[in-house]
Amino acid sequence: MLTDQVKEMRVTKVLEAGLPGAIVDAKFAFDELTLEIAPARIVEAAAFLKKDRFIRLAAVTCVDMYPMEPRFEVIYHLHSMPRPGVTEDERLRLKCRVSGDAPSIDSVYSVWRAADWYEREVFDLFGVSFKGHPNLTRILMPTDWEGHPLRKDFPIHGHKYDYKNE
Amino acid sequence: MSDYNTAIADMPVEGQSRRRTMTLNMGPQHPSTHGVLRILIELDGETILKAAADIGYLHTGIEKQCEVRTWQQVVPLTDRVDYLANLSNNLCYCLSVEKLLQLEIPARAQWTRVMLAELTRITSHLVWLGTHALDIGAMSMFMYCLREREECLKLFELFSGQRMMTSYFRIGGLALEPPRGWQKAIDKFLKMMPERIDLYENLLTGNPIWNVRTRGIGHMSLEDLLDFGATGPMVRAAGLAWDIRKDAPYSSYEKFQFTVPVQTDSDVYSRYLVRIAEMRESCKIMQQALDGMPEGAWQADAPHVVLPDREKMKTQMESLIYHFKIVTEGFTVPAGEVYQAVEAPRGELGYYVVSDGTTKPYRIHMRTPSFGNLMVLSPMIENRLLADSISSLGSMDFVLGDTDR
Repeated sequence: MLTDQVKEMRVTKVLEAGLPGAIVDAKFAFDELTLEIAPARIVEAAAFLKKDRFIRLAAVTCVDMYPMEPRFEVIYHLHSMPRPGVTEDERLRLKCRVSGDAPSIDSVYSVWRAADWYEREVFDLFGVSFKGHPNLTRILMPTDWEGHPLRKDFPIHGHKYDYKNE
Repeated sequence: MSDYNTAIADMPVEGQSRRRTMTLNMGPQHPSTHGVLRILIELDGETILKAAADIGYLHTGIEKQCEVRTWQQVVPLTDRVDYLANLSNNLCYCLSVEKLLQLEIPARAQWTRVMLAELTRITSHLVWLGTHALDIGAMSMFMYCLREREECLKLFELFSGQRMMTSYFRIGGLALEPPRGWQKAIDKFLKMMPERIDLYENLLTGNPIWNVRTRGIGHMSLEDLLDFGATGPMVRAAGLAWDIRKDAPYSSYEKFQFTVPVQTDSDVYSRYLVRIAEMRESCKIMQQALDGMPEGAWQADAPHVVLPDREKMKTQMESLIYHFKIVTEGFTVPAGEVYQAVEAPRGELGYYVVSDGTTKPYRIHMRTPSFGNLMVLSPMIENRLLADSISSLGSMDFVLGDTDR
């Protein structure tokens, strides 16, 4: 449900007019706007917002809501800084809820190349795969690592003590 | 981290015979990579055909660790993210949690934060300048820069008792009251520093070797930099006056007068000029903070968050209860999510903090400037000379702790 306050905001109006139905939910708290986007339409919405004014993707990250379903929230932090032609500093957060069963979402690499490493990081630490990413491999953990450490059901220590060479 | 063999196999070079190229493994143990960065480079003679950065050697799982600590216990962890700009990380984390708590921070604490955050910027830029110049061959710069850095570390020690991992900013204000006589120490530093920056400029700015090694090297267009996620001095050296301290002021930065240095060439030399000018601006901000430092409390009036005064704790029942609760289980933070960005020495540092209303963070994501800046590495050094890659790397000013977290 969109509140009246959110409906009145410029970004919501523009996105709702350009891509009807893409916004599933929205929240405005602590002076920050979060738009929940239907996961199937994330690339469309991203391309639209980039064209609108959000030329920068600050980060992509994820929150594990285990054991809730849909389990993962993939978060995109968008930013539009003041520059010739734009006077305001505007930030926007997009959120997509992804199921915990074989989690997967389309990659926004085609929109911002900055998504490259951020999506690899989410893949590495949460196990969410990004369809269409050019090189979706582990980035921080070793390639032979088992599991995804930032998932809530991954233990903080005692994961595996029986290393082969010991 | 990628496996060596697959990484090599993933590096096909179009239209080039693979027989004649050589693969060079730069790092992870090489001083010019400023930490444990490994770059796989495919070389044709002296030209880099393909470069792939391999990070993760310093991954310490800080974000996971945050989830099992109380809100205040996370502060020392943030020191260790970017170990050359600790206070910027402290500041960003504290601001984001204070936003969730909707805490009002007293002016004196805010101004002290600004002053020390700028001192952090100078310290960080000094290490950058020293190592960057050392890479290019100006060895004495390293000695000079670390000499001045020592003075900065002494100031940190004066305030917090620690030279590097200060954890001086806490949720709700500062860890300790600013020590007696700090004005004198800061004043002495501010009288010395601008002259020392002149000295660096005398040594480097007009130096023919420095100019040849840095001018026109590592050029990137502004569009590419923004698209790849670069922030901070790299973007400002490409002609965009984007500084979070100006555009979205935090911690009372709006009360300070300073300019945002901009260059337009977007090469190694203009990045050097931007950072040198930033050090001068930081000195000016520190001077304003010294001259106009407000009186008053240095911690927020929030007994459920801030530890009570020692004397009160011993004499008043209520303070004792708060003390016991804060020390044993910590304080709760209302459920919600915030993203707070600050202008760290290397660029945009952002903490995305999610709370579920308990005494521990549910999720903290650190959007670190080095991670974003390092994505520019491959396009910046590919199809250019190997020797120039060293000055390009230095001009990016990354810290691997900041990248890998």
